[in-house]
Amino acid sequence: MSTRYFGAPVARIEDPRLLTGGGRYVDDIVLPGMLHAAFLRSPVAHGRIRSIDRSAALAIPGIHAVYTMTDFAGIASGPMPPMAPHPLLQTPITCRPLTDDEVRYAGEPIAIVIADSRASAEDALAAIALDIEHLPAAADARAAAAKAAPRVHTERESNLIATMRGTHGKVDAVFASAAHRFTESFATHRGGCHGMECRGVVASVDGPSGDLTLFTSSQSPYMVRRFLSSYLGRDESGIRVVAPDVGGGFGPKANVYPEEFAVALAAIRCGRPVKWIEDRQEHFLATTQQRDQFWTLEVACDAHGRMLGVRGCCIHDNGAYAPYGLILPATALASFPGPYALQAFDIAIDVVLTNLVPTSPVRGAGRPNTAFVLERLADGVARRLGLPREEVRRRSFVRAEQMPYVTGGKMRDGSPVAYDSGDYIGALDLVLDKIDAAGFERRRGEAAKRGRLLGLGLASCVEDTGLGPFEGASVRVTPSGKVVVSTGAASQGQGHATVFAQIAADALGVAIGDVIVRSADTSAFPLGLSTIASRIAVTAGSSVEIAARKVRDKAIKVAAQLLEVAEHDLDINDGAVHVAGVRDMKVTLATIARTLSGAAGVALPKEIEPDLAATGYFETSQLAFAYGSQACEVEIDPETGDAKIIRYVVAHDCGRLINPKLVDGQIRGGVVHGIGNALFERMRHDVSGQPLTTTYGDYLLPAASEMPDIEIHHIETPSPRNPIGVKGAGEGGTIPAAAWVISAIEDALGSRAPPITMHPVSPENILEWLKTIKA
Amino acid sequence: MTARRINLRVNGRTVEAEVEVRVSLADFLRGQLGLTGTHLGCEHGVCGACTLIVDRRPVRACLMLAVQADGSNVETVESLGTREALSPLQQAFSDHHALQCGFCTPGMLMTLEAYLRDHPAPTREEIREVLSGNLCRCTGYQGIVDAALQAAQVRRAPA
Repeated sequence: MSTRYFGAPVARIEDPRLLTGGGRYVDDIVLPGMLHAAFLRSPVAHGRIRSIDRSAALAIPGIHAVYTMTDFAGIASGPMPPMAPHPLLQTPITCRPLTDDEVRYAGEPIAIVIADSRASAEDALAAIALDIEHLPAAADARAAAAKAAPRVHTERESNLIATMRGTHGKVDAVFASAAHRFTESFATHRGGCHGMECRGVVASVDGPSGDLTLFTSSQSPYMVRRFLSSYLGRDESGIRVVAPDVGGGFGPKANVYPEEFAVALAAIRCGRPVKWIEDRQEHFLATTQQRDQFWTLEVACDAHGRMLGVRGCCIHDNGAYAPYGLILPATALASFPGPYALQAFDIAIDVVLTNLVPTSPVRGAGRPNTAFVLERLADGVARRLGLPREEVRRRSFVRAEQMPYVTGGKMRDGSPVAYDSGDYIGALDLVLDKIDAAGFERRRGEAAKRGRLLGLGLASCVEDTGLGPFEGASVRVTPSGKVVVSTGAASQGQGHATVFAQIAADALGVAIGDVIVRSADTSAFPLGLSTIASRIAVTAGSSVEIAARKVRDKAIKVAAQLLEVAEHDLDINDGAVHVAGVRDMKVTLATIARTLSGAAGVALPKEIEPDLAATGYFETSQLAFAYGSQACEVEIDPETGDAKIIRYVVAHDCGRLINPKLVDGQIRGGVVHGIGNALFERMRHDVSGQPLTTTYGDYLLPAASEMPDIEIHHIETPSPRNPIGVKGAGEGGTIPAAAWVISAIEDALGSRAPPITMHPVSPENILEWLKTIKA
Repeated sequence: MTARRINLRVNGRTVEAEVEVRVSLADFLRGQLGLTGTHLGCEHGVCGACTLIVDRRPVRACLMLAVQADGSNVETVESLGTREALSPLQQAFSDHHALQCGFCTPGMLMTLEAYLRDHPAPTREEIREVLSGNLCRCTGYQGIVDAALQAAQVRRAPA
């Protein structure tokens, strides 16, 4: 097998188009007769609508309609279908496309205005007279969990919707016999996704057929089709959903949203195409976020600091609905025990509704939270026992010779977790070597002379990637010799087209420039799930490999007949099947494709079906576990509390690298997202549930001027669990990042400062902690 | 709505148009001229995705009204290279994987294009400072910094 492209830092085939302004995002789509939508959203976190008077809005020139849910009664009604049903959720907790009479978070859609232009639609919002009764709101998950708390849904008896439990081993016995135990509480916070493109939808109905087409900035176009089909009571064949270029996903765009349904309903109702483009304030209000988890955990270790067990509980802020079931808390739970070979654990997560926008996974999902608490516990063990932090980890990690390692944990579907391969201690040692941990104390001393506090941070993680059951692909050679790869897997900038083209080009011996990749259009490939959970390289990548190999085998079979030679004498390269060792005895893939395209009255080659094409579904229930260690140095200015990241080194193993340049990009982007979670990004609400951070002046994203250069070292342990040996790379940068930044800050502040148990950490926090040292 | 007639140059072409006074330069370029390479990320002047060049200076097209561009020379991402012949800066972006989803990219390119014209030999730190007004959620910025430095070098000494 030739691997000219697999493993090479090939330039992206997406780039020339995107670099020249040729991207086609939802807002770039213009359809004839298209109208524009704006949403009237709840101004309060909890309320009951008394009346909506739309007469003044409808009197404004250019306003076509103001719809509430009752206006769609003849088309569809009721709550949206749940995306991920869970046995613990006996009744789904989903919203309506437009609310009925109760609103449960500030920003919940109430009505949709349809107008000639977006500006006119927004003008009309101000003219709608909304009379709303304020109801008490539950804005903090800890308070909302209490029995006396205001109900997020007035008709529900409790805001606690599920308690999830993960247990392994003889917990009580392990804790009873442990040499040391201690308890710590943590508050982890993650904000929103903040792809630079907000959400957007264009819906249109074909007049004669009534077929519905939806363009949406989604990670899950096939889920949108599936749930629209069930909600509208229409067969999938009459619904086409396309995710065109999407300007970043990072998790929340995987949800099926009320706005997608409302825009579709409005287009059906008014009979004209309708476009809605979310603005950035709406993104803060109504795109799912991740927000808060509050943990209390006890860790047990032996006399040498080897971690033996962890137990405790977590309160998870789920927001006002559970559109995505319990995926987010379930992912946090499934991330135990991380890289640690624990004899026992017992973790309970209380999932609590609040009157805030619903939560769903943001890059890393619940894994960064779990990595944060586990890494903080490991640092805590080191601190209490006076051991080097890396030594606690060396003693506690799963060792390479234990692979495959059954952790005792369970996956989200309840199946046992078994890590497939890797050397966790090796990754840790590599990163310590590369950052020159041995020379750190000297550098700390030099910084002290300049009046700066230098800290070294380290953190590790294991990440389940390649979530099954499948993402399929078809590969087809056209009569002109082009190779068309089609897949349901949607892309939001990861460079899927390039890596699929690399895989197909190698299998078929063609130039990468001859491969065309089409994706995320339900009319182009029958099935798809979602681009989530670092799963596409494993699932769709493997399916491209399988489909391309089938096409290769078929081409060789046909060529054997055409050239009258045995199949084993044939090889495939340069766009043709060649007789090995005989120059110019060849038949091109184009010729074979033309032959299999058929000609009236001409027989096909014997026992060969038409079309030089094949479909592949790599089906898997097993996960590929990526892992990594990160280390960094943070320099603190004790006068301002500013924490500046000086150096950052990553050791990462995501199996075989299809395209190292793209993997590096995934890791760097992921790390920077994690730095944002460590130092900058906090979604604030007041006590009544009003969002306070709804601009980029208030909510800080990482900027180029604050970010370090990030040094990456790859370890390539092929996964035995898929045909191309890869593991996902999309989230491994993010998962341990907040943990290491905090580890470094704690190290810089020294052992007299309190342990840091929360993030994001602000300069104000740092100054407060420095005061406690002085006092 | 009040409208006014404006005259301006856009990517070297003379444009005369009737435009509502409240329409932003970004909406005018995208909606009326079909130049959809300019993207809107926040519409409040922070993210920088809509950055383009007006009379040699980088400008947030979401914060400038179209009528304010009357008589100006406007350059958008469409004025740089073509798919077949990328500009040195665009080529450097591809070489250094300085874009993923591509949404912030036109703003990044135009910010750097304006800067590199006046600062042919920037340092790494200067590039990071110049980019501080353009947000990217995908790349972590490092590739963009590398690309800017390569482009500066190529522009100083074309091959």
